[in-house]
Amino acid sequence: MAVCIAVIAKENYPLYIRSVPTENELKFHYTVHTSLDVVDEKISAMGKAMVDQRELYLGLLYPTEDYKVYLCNIAASPCSHTFLHRYGYVTNSKVKFVMVVDSSNTALRDNEIRSMFRKLHNSYTDIMCNPFYNPGDRIHSRAFDNMVNSMMMQVC
Amino acid sequence: MTPSQWDLPVELCCRPMAFVTLTGLDVVYNAVHRAVWDAFCANRRADRVPISFKRTSYEWYIPKGILKTGWMNKHLNLVPALVVVFYELDWDEPQWKEKQSECATRVEIVRQSLQGRNTKVAVVLIQKKTPLPPGEDVIASERAAALCNACDLSGKSLFVLPHTDHLVGYIIRLENAFYEHAQTYYYTEIRRVKSHKEFLNKTTHQLLFVRHQFKIAFFSELKQDTQNALKNYRTAYNLVHELRAHETNMLEIKTMAGFINYKICRLCFQHNTPLDAIAQFRKHIDLCKKKIGSAELAFEHAAWMSKQFQAFGDLFDEAIKLGLTAIQTQNPGFYYQQAAYYAQERKQLASMLCNHDSSVVYPNPDPLETQTGVLDFYGQRPWRQGTLSFDLSDPEKEKMGILSLQLKERNVLHSELIITLLSNAVAQFKKYKCPRMKSHLMVQMGEEYYFAKDYAKALKLLDYVMCEYRSEGWWTLLTSILTTALKCSYLMAQIKDYITYSLELLGRASTLKDDQKSRIEKNLIKVLMNESPDPEPDCDAAAVKASQKLWSDRVSLAGSNVFTIEVQDFIPFVQCKAKFLAPSFHVDVPVQFDIYLRADCPHPIRFSKLCVSFNNQDYNQHCVVEEAYQKSDVLEQSAQGTMCLVPGKTRKFTFKFVAKTEDVGKKIELRHEPPALTNEMYCLIVTIESHEETVAKDVKLTAGLKPGQDANLTQKTQVTLRGTDTCDDSFPALLTDIPIGDLQPGEKLEKPIYIRCGTVGARMFLVYVSYLINTTVEGKEILCKCHRDETVTIETVFPFDVAVKFVSTKLEHLDRVFADIPFLLMTDILSASPWPLTIVTSQLQLSASMTSVDQLESYVENDLPSFGRVRESLPVRYHLQNKTNLVQDVEVSMEPSDAFMFSGLKQIRLRILPDTQQEVLYNFYPLMAGYQQLPSLHINLLRFPNFTNQLLRRFIPTHIFVKGYMLGYTSMHLQKAQRSPGPSLPYASPAAEPEA
Repeated sequence: MAVCIAVIAKENYPLYIRSVPTENELKFHYTVHTSLDVVDEKISAMGKAMVDQRELYLGLLYPTEDYKVYLCNIAASPCSHTFLHRYGYVTNSKVKFVMVVDSSNTALRDNEIRSMFRKLHNSYTDIMCNPFYNPGDRIHSRAFDNMVNSMMMQVC
Repeated sequence: MTPSQWDLPVELCCRPMAFVTLTGLDVVYNAVHRAVWDAFCANRRADRVPISFKRTSYEWYIPKGILKTGWMNKHLNLVPALVVVFYELDWDEPQWKEKQSECATRVEIVRQSLQGRNTKVAVVLIQKKTPLPPGEDVIASERAAALCNACDLSGKSLFVLPHTDHLVGYIIRLENAFYEHAQTYYYTEIRRVKSHKEFLNKTTHQLLFVRHQFKIAFFSELKQDTQNALKNYRTAYNLVHELRAHETNMLEIKTMAGFINYKICRLCFQHNTPLDAIAQFRKHIDLCKKKIGSAELAFEHAAWMSKQFQAFGDLFDEAIKLGLTAIQTQNPGFYYQQAAYYAQERKQLASMLCNHDSSVVYPNPDPLETQTGVLDFYGQRPWRQGTLSFDLSDPEKEKMGILSLQLKERNVLHSELIITLLSNAVAQFKKYKCPRMKSHLMVQMGEEYYFAKDYAKALKLLDYVMCEYRSEGWWTLLTSILTTALKCSYLMAQIKDYITYSLELLGRASTLKDDQKSRIEKNLIKVLMNESPDPEPDCDAAAVKASQKLWSDRVSLAGSNVFTIEVQDFIPFVQCKAKFLAPSFHVDVPVQFDIYLRADCPHPIRFSKLCVSFNNQDYNQHCVVEEAYQKSDVLEQSAQGTMCLVPGKTRKFTFKFVAKTEDVGKKIELRHEPPALTNEMYCLIVTIESHEETVAKDVKLTAGLKPGQDANLTQKTQVTLRGTDTCDDSFPALLTDIPIGDLQPGEKLEKPIYIRCGTVGARMFLVYVSYLINTTVEGKEILCKCHRDETVTIETVFPFDVAVKFVSTKLEHLDRVFADIPFLLMTDILSASPWPLTIVTSQLQLSASMTSVDQLESYVENDLPSFGRVRESLPVRYHLQNKTNLVQDVEVSMEPSDAFMFSGLKQIRLRILPDTQQEVLYNFYPLMAGYQQLPSLHINLLRFPNFTNQLLRRFIPTHIFVKGYMLGYTSMHLQKAQRSPGPSLPYASPAAEPEA
């Protein structure tokens, strides 16, 4: 389902990034990082007035994205492309979640993406409730890992 | 094949224009002809019809059927829609017959050279005389008919161009006529192509369907009918994809699909429907991305894809320049980025497929060579042109062809292509607020420069973007960039950069594995020992060799290689923290502070010097010195000595020094109640408290307005120590060096200071205390000259506002007053002070300069009782006074009121002598009780029409209170009895009693 899940701090540094396959990790870091351009723009466009009833889910970040992000397996010829979609979500404390989804998985609907984000948010809230966690630190949590794994596992 | 074989042909990318040929103009030797030609060609702007003019030699390329590489060019530049023959001939030409036949011959020559094409022919007669209006010149119409007949022209194709002053105007009219002819030509061409369709069948003529459709669309474009052109291109596009595709013709199909797609997108942008363009392009990519064709030539597919994206990006960008607005998530940058991506893929595929051994030689004869030097058809293989069969007739030839293509691909400068596309994309993302995308692409550019062995440019780009990733804390990405940068600096033997990147890669933020860090640190130590470092992994072998030479040169130089590297901006491998042992120190106690150092690198590291820089640079020396002597203060002794940091262990260094005397203090407290009022003797209580342990001697206080403010403030501010005095301007704004005497330890002293501020506004006041103190530091007696200052800003406001206005006796606002007429002066005093004010006295003073006021021509007074009573006569007397020295004719009239009956003169005209007055008497009889309007008196001065009743109303009452009806005696008693407890009844006031 998801091929990369990232939690980004308010100041836009990564709190958590996990991706499959792991050998292309760097590429996913760039993918998530460049997505923040759109996330920033969307957040600033929402303005202050809407803060209360604001929708946390930002939706598909690049609406016509079909050939925006690729993973190319060069070793294999003819080369195979995986088209990826990026989705964004921003919490009230300006912590962002970015999810990169394999777009060949057409069965995935907006609702499901939403519920995945909600799960992620809940799990993140649990981390914040941990008295031993300093807000702003990188996330090292087995519970969070497991949750993320469960969302990534559904891929294959 | 040229390296630019993927570029779209020029004739595809231009805007097709109707093609008209002008002939018979001798522009070299004939000035009139030159002028005509220039008028056609000069200033071709948007308001002129789209025609391109050419002079041609009429050596026609003979067409032989199907869509060839030359087809578009032929119709754009070779076969005209219209040939215009220019001929100098006036209607009254004496040798008319000869000239007419010469003209007919010329037309015939043109016709012959057109070889039966449908090209139209027109004749323009250049005449010296201005023609008469049509129908008046009988000879002209006769001869025109004869000429048309001789040349076999219709009347519509014969034009006259008088060579007069209005040349441009005539030319524009001619142009429009030519344009119409051209359109007719292209219309018939379209009809002609369409008529072929009937003879085609789907099985054998598939290619022709596409070709015809393309031709129709192209002719429509020439005809400037872009809507139909778009429609036909769309049909052609669908037909292309219906073609039977095979590895052998894949390139041809893709080439044509690319052409048609380009045309569709271009027209969509032209029609201002960018979404259609984007949708078409996405469809195109979806349909074509899997059509790779020959696996051995897969790089060709990548090259083609790259070109598709680039061409679309160009179209998009062009449309934006013409006014289209793009957005962050949909801008040309994405297409350039994608083009760059495919260019990268092409490079990778080429490196895999074209890695032939150097012994493989280019085939001879060259299979890519054709007889004419160009391809006959777009997208075909030169060694088997025109072969429609899918079977390879000559596999050996095919092999050679592929080999030659692969060998050619090896010579392509891929990095250059990629970098160009990436920089295009960077420019776009910069425009559409995508800073991170921009940085990402710049990293890619840097890496591409690295692969292209342009290390200097690579380093420049990487260094530029590094700080963006550093400031946002993306350490994984930063580490990756730093690793490439380190390689570049190694290969160029840039020692300073090499050390800088090593330092950062060894730091905490770096995500490198320990073995990598260990390798880097060993290299760093080597460099510090003036040795060459080991090469970085995965570097080009030849480049490594070159750099090793560079390094050994650097090392042998062995000069004073001192580099200062600023580590403020990044996280180096040594962490450093400093702290003072206390927040403040007394002057007689040495200042102590600690430095903690900790190394994050994998191996211990030695250092030679530690210095601390202070704001006050005098202290710097102490800290270096201290470090040298106080070895015992170092907490952890290590076998490798004090000047060595062991990874993961914190080391502490303690420093001690004596502070300078000017940095000690004393307490000043200021008490006051802002804001101050203007001219108030504002009290500021200064409390000086000694925190010294010994007697503070010779204490002096300086207080007052802080110098350096506005000069006006200095003049309008006075300071004194005696509050009873009233300051005048002679007092100073700053009291300097008021002696206070000695102050015992802990003693507190209060000093009130009075300030008078003459103007409103904020002022800064300074309180400055200086004193002398004796103290002993480490056995030495020293006399310290100390001071302490404090500033305070005080706001001054007006205590109250005084506003004065004139009102009439009836309390109505007056703009002006009149002589001899009473008025009231109303004074409002509004306090702006936060405290209650007591006004002791106030005075109204007349200003010395009194000017005369307006004289009123006439004045009316009346005697009116203070109230009336219902049904009781109310005598009213009006006094009319003449204030002028002229006899006044006055018209007096009384207007009735509902509430009164009256007797007296309703309307009279009377005359009043100068400075006398007249009386008019009325008897009013109130009918209603309450506040009633009186019958109003109107006065007209016949001499002064400006004198209005409005003015009079100010002086005469308009209303009167009418009391109630007189009650009978008995009921009066009753009323009185009732009245005492309750409120008074209306209309029955006790005032009525005596009259009862």
